[in-house]
Amino acid sequence: MLKVSDLVVNYGVINAVKKVNFEINQGEIVTLIGANGAGKTTILKSISGLLKAKSGQIEYEGKSINRQKAPKIVAAGISQVPEGRHIFPGLSVKENLQMGAFLVKDSSKIRQGFQEVYDRFPVLKERENQDAATLSGGEQQMLAMGRALMARPKLILLDEPSMGLAPIFINEIFDIIKEINSNGTTVLLIEQNAKKALSIADRGYVVASGEIKMTGTGGELLQNEDVQKAYLGG
Amino acid sequence: MQIFFQQVINGLSLGSIYALLALGYTMVYGIIKLINFAHGDIYMLGAFWGYYVINSWHFNFIEALLSAMVVGAVSGVVIEYFAYRPLRHSPRITALITAIGVSFLLENGMSYLFSSNTRSFPQIIQQHNYNIGGVLISNIQILILVTACVLMVLLQLIIKKTKMGKAMRAVSVDSDAAELVGINTNVTISFTFALGSSLAGAAGVLIGLYYNSIDPLMGMTPGIKAFVAAVLGGIGSVPGASVGGFLIGILETLFQSIGLSAYKDAVVYGVLIIILLILPAGLFGKNKKEKV
Repeated sequence: MLKVSDLVVNYGVINAVKKVNFEINQGEIVTLIGANGAGKTTILKSISGLLKAKSGQIEYEGKSINRQKAPKIVAAGISQVPEGRHIFPGLSVKENLQMGAFLVKDSSKIRQGFQEVYDRFPVLKERENQDAATLSGGEQQMLAMGRALMARPKLILLDEPSMGLAPIFINEIFDIIKEINSNGTTVLLIEQNAKKALSIADRGYVVASGEIKMTGTGGELLQNEDVQKAYLGG
Repeated sequence: MQIFFQQVINGLSLGSIYALLALGYTMVYGIIKLINFAHGDIYMLGAFWGYYVINSWHFNFIEALLSAMVVGAVSGVVIEYFAYRPLRHSPRITALITAIGVSFLLENGMSYLFSSNTRSFPQIIQQHNYNIGGVLISNIQILILVTACVLMVLLQLIIKKTKMGKAMRAVSVDSDAAELVGINTNVTISFTFALGSSLAGAAGVLIGLYYNSIDPLMGMTPGIKAFVAAVLGGIGSVPGASVGGFLIGILETLFQSIGLSAYKDAVVYGVLIIILLILPAGLFGKNKKEKV
């Protein structure tokens, strides 16, 4: 579904991503794990069109999307939930979700989207008319995910969805990611919480200093001694 | 007391003009964090357009007003496209200096093309004064106030209710996140310039009717006053700009009426300084607290 080949991205003067190769098949949950500053977010941003790749290829459903701007990529079916949620403060919960469906023209599809998001996150329905800035961190994460789902993506990119959340919310967020995936959306997940991420992922890639160091199924990486030492605390 | 109410009436009319202008400053600042110093000159273009179409094409008030709004909107979009868009990722000071440059270009360009003479604006509406308990109020003052209020209500509806209005708010709080939901930020920024500049165009026609005289440099002082009004109300806040505009207008006429005519501008800036000392973000401004 998504194929990244020899991707090189510079972040200012820093060479943040060096010749990265990986791919995602339809229906999978794929995770990129690695330390802070390893280049995971940069990879994600170049897929979603916020950053331009210096060289290399990003192919989505057989077509190159390197030169596309972010709105075009959303229209093609890839939605990103950015790190730190980035909901729209000052807009109500409902308006945030409406913005998620910005490119959806069919009003019955928008209604259906609201239905699905509210079914999955009932708390958003309760707080529909509240300023999104007044939500708790966990609720904001749900809103950010709901907003991305409103675009009805085929592939969803999640950047550190569990960051800064209370443990009770962390488990809930991972359950929701599995649910979203079982409903047919392919997932690319970036996490510092490597243990959780690998336990729900079909496959994982270990990213360090802008390169892919290791790959395998979620289970394999969980069992791998090097991965355990470096990322799983033991 | 009569004099006071008289000055409030005069201040409200002048304040409507400042409010319309201040809205443009505040919206543009809200979305791209630029003080668009050329905004006062769009108001001048609106006034000149009104002057031209009323004299040459015999437009009535409504036609002149609406067409001046279109001219304002188009000029705003064109200025943004050629002058500010190429500098989108440059330091803010670069764009600011460019805005000052655009302002000089418009002022001197108009002086060069059409001479810097002051012209008298055609009075398409016969002035009548109504005496209400000793307070004189003219039909033109009412017209200005009503037009300004209608435009402000429309603007508020556009910002709150329409999809583009919501997109404007989304881009102004977080443009990257807006791109990620599929909002084209460039189109949204153009739309914001169009809205703000159309209000400036309308204000130009209204001031022509009110003061009866226009010239290519007419945008400078009201432009700065409207900017002060926007800062006073809390730059980036739409209701703040309206309230700030009315406040500046009323203050100015009140101080004029008690014989401080020569100091009216000093008083306006003095009030700005005092309010900013007490409320650094302005009356309606938000003190930004960022959640990480």
